Amino acid sequence: MIKRKLVLSFPENIVTKPITYKLVKEFNLEFNILRAEITPNMEGKMLIELRGDKAQIDQSIEYLTDTGVSVQEAAKDIIIDRNQCVDCGVCTSICITQALILDSKSFKLKFNKDKCILCELCLDCCPVSAIKVYI
Amino acid sequence: MIIGKISILEYYNLLNLNQDLNIMAKTIEEINEKIKSRKVVVLNAEEIIDYVKEKGTKKAAKEVDVVTTATFGPMCSSGAFINFGHPDPPIKMTKVWLNDVPAYAGIAAVDVYIGATELSETEGMNYGGAYVIEDLVLGKPVKLRATSYGTDCYPRREIETYITRDTINQAYLFNPRNAYQNYAVATNSSNRTIYTYMGKLLPNFGNANYCSAGQLSPLLNDPYYRTIGIGTRIFFGGSQGYVSWYGTQHNPGKERLANGTPCGPAGSLALIGNLKEMSPQYLKACTFHNYGVTIFMGIGIPIPVIDEEMVEFLKIKDGDIYTEIFDYSVQRRNKPSYGKVNYKQLRSGKIKINGKFVQTGSISSYPRALEISNVLKKEIENGKFYLTASVAPLPPEEKYSSLDILSKEEL
Repeated sequence: MIKRKLVLSFPENIVTKPITYKLVKEFNLEFNILRAEITPNMEGKMLIELRGDKAQIDQSIEYLTDTGVSVQEAAKDIIIDRNQCVDCGVCTSICITQALILDSKSFKLKFNKDKCILCELCLDCCPVSAIKVYI
Repeated sequence: MIIGKISILEYYNLLNLNQDLNIMAKTIEEINEKIKSRKVVVLNAEEIIDYVKEKGTKKAAKEVDVVTTATFGPMCSSGAFINFGHPDPPIKMTKVWLNDVPAYAGIAAVDVYIGATELSETEGMNYGGAYVIEDLVLGKPVKLRATSYGTDCYPRREIETYITRDTINQAYLFNPRNAYQNYAVATNSSNRTIYTYMGKLLPNFGNANYCSAGQLSPLLNDPYYRTIGIGTRIFFGGSQGYVSWYGTQHNPGKERLANGTPCGPAGSLALIGNLKEMSPQYLKACTFHNYGVTIFMGIGIPIPVIDEEMVEFLKIKDGDIYTEIFDYSVQRRNKPSYGKVNYKQLRSGKIKINGKFVQTGSISSYPRALEISNVLKKEIENGKFYLTASVAPLPPEEKYSSLDILSKEEL
């Protein structure tokens, strides 16, 4: 019995399919959805913890990938280095859960940790390397 | 008022016909007198919007003397001229590296130009010319390595030493193209992530990035270049610099809206200023992953409120400025367009492309630009920054050529 924390990205065309249900039925996995976000006309993202047999977890990841879901290992924490950040906001276009947004009045960067699903898409988009990950 | 959907040439012709507009309500000299006696009224380019809405154009033209505009964004066409001073025995440097970043040495013996986008020969995209410039501004030591073929007057063939901002003679930024008048929006229709100078673009229209200070931007507040010209004193990376020429790719002929603003990259400025007086707060090296190194430049330009016509331009707001969305996955000079959007829509965080919502991101920092507009405002109010009339105007007409592959006979 092992545990793995993953970030799943569902493209628009499969957002409505009951994919997570198959994880239980076909692969006998226990799962815990830690965070999920589905935006109309856009992608769906899910931070999920899987528990089960190692071989079956590996098979389930293969199944997910074949279905069109992109699978990533989840990081522990994302930190914004305010001394480096210049508040350009380029990271906000990458952040599908809108954990990173610009304040509607000041246009300064705001990071809402509770919304972050640790997908790490933002890491290599910051031109001044102000976004860091703790693993 | 002669504002209408007209080209810059038509605008100048009408300006000449309308002599009454040429009788300025206020001269630069009068404004400078007010700065001297601390009576000058300065607003930033954001504040003027509501001011005009409340009090009207006439009153604004009478009561406001200066509007400060600004921008803070990556500007690749930037770099610095440096003179190191002569070693003993002297050297005519032919190849030069600063912290392993090549600098151009094909000028006099110890003069070089270090370009912002030049990459490190040892660290690749993690370090480059922009970082060398930033390290010099920060006062950090920089390793200088140079080689030469040796001459009778310059016998030395190599040198390795350390320099700082304070050990070198002159160091000034001379940026051939900065403060672009508007820019495109970039998106990606392909099925893979692409890495561009407009940032990381996710597949299937996953996001769209834009890059302009919009309503704060200098050339969008003076769209026909009535006050900004060659010789204009500016806030440049924290120092007082100057517009030295019109920028490379200066393209004033771009299609314009009725308010005079172009719907894409049009005019640009070549800027000059003393690196030794610059501040790391208003100049910052950066790397666009898988693209390369460039530099965030902070620029502020004061616009004198010379007449009511100028107020009409200065009251421009994000919702009035449009730009075009292009597909950067098409690796050609001409990219497919997905229509126009304004900066209010872009700043809302999402726009619609082909009926689908797409998240937007800015590459230019609005808060940092606003900060610069306020710093410049304070400097003018405190008598530390005086306005200049331009020595010569920016050209209202300029050819915008592409590079074709031709034989000598086909030229």
